[in-house]
Amino acid sequence: MKINPKKCVACGNCTYVCPMGAIYIDPVLQRATINRDECVECYACYNGLSKEVLPPATVRFVRRTLANFRVRFEPEPDVCPTTAFEPDKLEWPRVVRRAFSDPRVPHESTGVSGRGTEEVKTNDVTDRVSVGEVGFTIELGRPGIGARFRDFQEMSRALAKAGVSFEKNNPISTLMTNVETGDIREDILNEKVMSAIIEIKVPVARTEEIVRIIWEVEKRIPTQVVIGVGVRCDADGEETLVAPILEKLGYNPQRAKTNIGLGRKVIRDLTATAATPVKESVSA
Amino acid sequence: MTNTLHRYGKSETFVDDYIVFSLPAKSKAAGQTGDALAAQKRFMQIAAEYKPASLGDALHGGSLRPTRSKSIFGHWGKRNKPNFKKVLEGMSKAGTMAAVFDNRANAEAFVKRIKEEDLGLSVNISSSIENAKNACKNAGIPRHSIAYSLGFEDVGDNLPGKQAIMLSTMCGHGMLSINFAQKMMSFVKENRRTPKEAAETMARFCSCGIFNTTRAARILEDVRIGVK
Repeated sequence: MKINPKKCVACGNCTYVCPMGAIYIDPVLQRATINRDECVECYACYNGLSKEVLPPATVRFVRRTLANFRVRFEPEPDVCPTTAFEPDKLEWPRVVRRAFSDPRVPHESTGVSGRGTEEVKTNDVTDRVSVGEVGFTIELGRPGIGARFRDFQEMSRALAKAGVSFEKNNPISTLMTNVETGDIREDILNEKVMSAIIEIKVPVARTEEIVRIIWEVEKRIPTQVVIGVGVRCDADGEETLVAPILEKLGYNPQRAKTNIGLGRKVIRDLTATAATPVKESVSA
Repeated sequence: MTNTLHRYGKSETFVDDYIVFSLPAKSKAAGQTGDALAAQKRFMQIAAEYKPASLGDALHGGSLRPTRSKSIFGHWGKRNKPNFKKVLEGMSKAGTMAAVFDNRANAEAFVKRIKEEDLGLSVNISSSIENAKNACKNAGIPRHSIAYSLGFEDVGDNLPGKQAIMLSTMCGHGMLSINFAQKMMSFVKENRRTPKEAAETMARFCSCGIFNTTRAARILEDVRIGVK
């Protein structure tokens, strides 16, 4: 991402909306500037800010004039008043930053969409995590910290050493040069992303061991780890195998994503059903 | 993706936060057949009947989106309001389609209706464990699978910035920065924006439309009056 200095009026709005805090007003240039090493190419600035087309020279003159009277020109806080953001053409390896950080783009670098996979969200159709198994999603970088691939490698190496296998359709797995050792391509190790997810699956009996490995690695890496634990419920819809293990480890999960089991191999054919028109009244 | 899973907060802070989303199984190995997009359009049309707080199409955005003005006078124009119709009419490809509800009655009624529709899509509820359990019980559905969030390890419950984290993590893709959440908190405290206005401003950054403006406004109201 780049900021066109001819358009930027240094209003400062973008400095707040950057999830990595990578945008600042350069006191010499008097323009918003991006710290390219910290920028993860998430496009939150470009996609999230509303765009307006105020004339930059006029806005700068007004701002300077008002500042003399201690009055501030203040656009709406989610607006770039002069549409100063312009996407860069990203080359390898920088392109992986966007692939893992901008949720609107598919993984051109890996061929996989999203930062992870469908995990247990489609488990009712895929049976990816079966009875007696646990699917771990180990996400690095949230909230608002970011992570470099060398951090992911630290985690993947530790997990590989424990003999776990990585989900093969996961974007991080596709960037590994050796899934037996957890090594990730060397040319991307310094690239920073908003977050990404390592996915593994193990028998329930290994749950505690895996959590302890994650804890150990977390102490060595300069980012935050957040763990998701996916598991099958029994025929009554209860889950009594993994919850006690998590409790023993000191966790008291508050939130979960629950697959309610409505997925089928064949999606209902709606062609015979008359399409329901979208009502004009359907608005908030 | 875990973009709806790791919202920061205790169970009781999700009292007005139910994300119900559908998706088809995309891998060929799953062997799912049928017109997923048509089924998802039906899913979203039904959701719209149950007064959601937001609707979101992960590919095209939610009911509140950034605007683009071509006129210099657009700067002083009115901001857009939540537009469910735009979400419904913009759906062009099957993916993750989400409906966010801010009360138990509507969320549970919707889940029950979706069960009766038997669309064949995978449907998930992202909320507190209890909320989802109750919704399944009400609809007579045994839960199939569950993905627990083990939370953010080092974020203490009494941390000064916890409300900013609660707001920011409502966009699990991280598009809503903590700095911006803090700025909106300040705006509300200074009475420069109402909690609702500030929540709607933040929602425009969430490209999946899963940001819950009702929960955000409640958190911001707490910020305004100094409730920690």
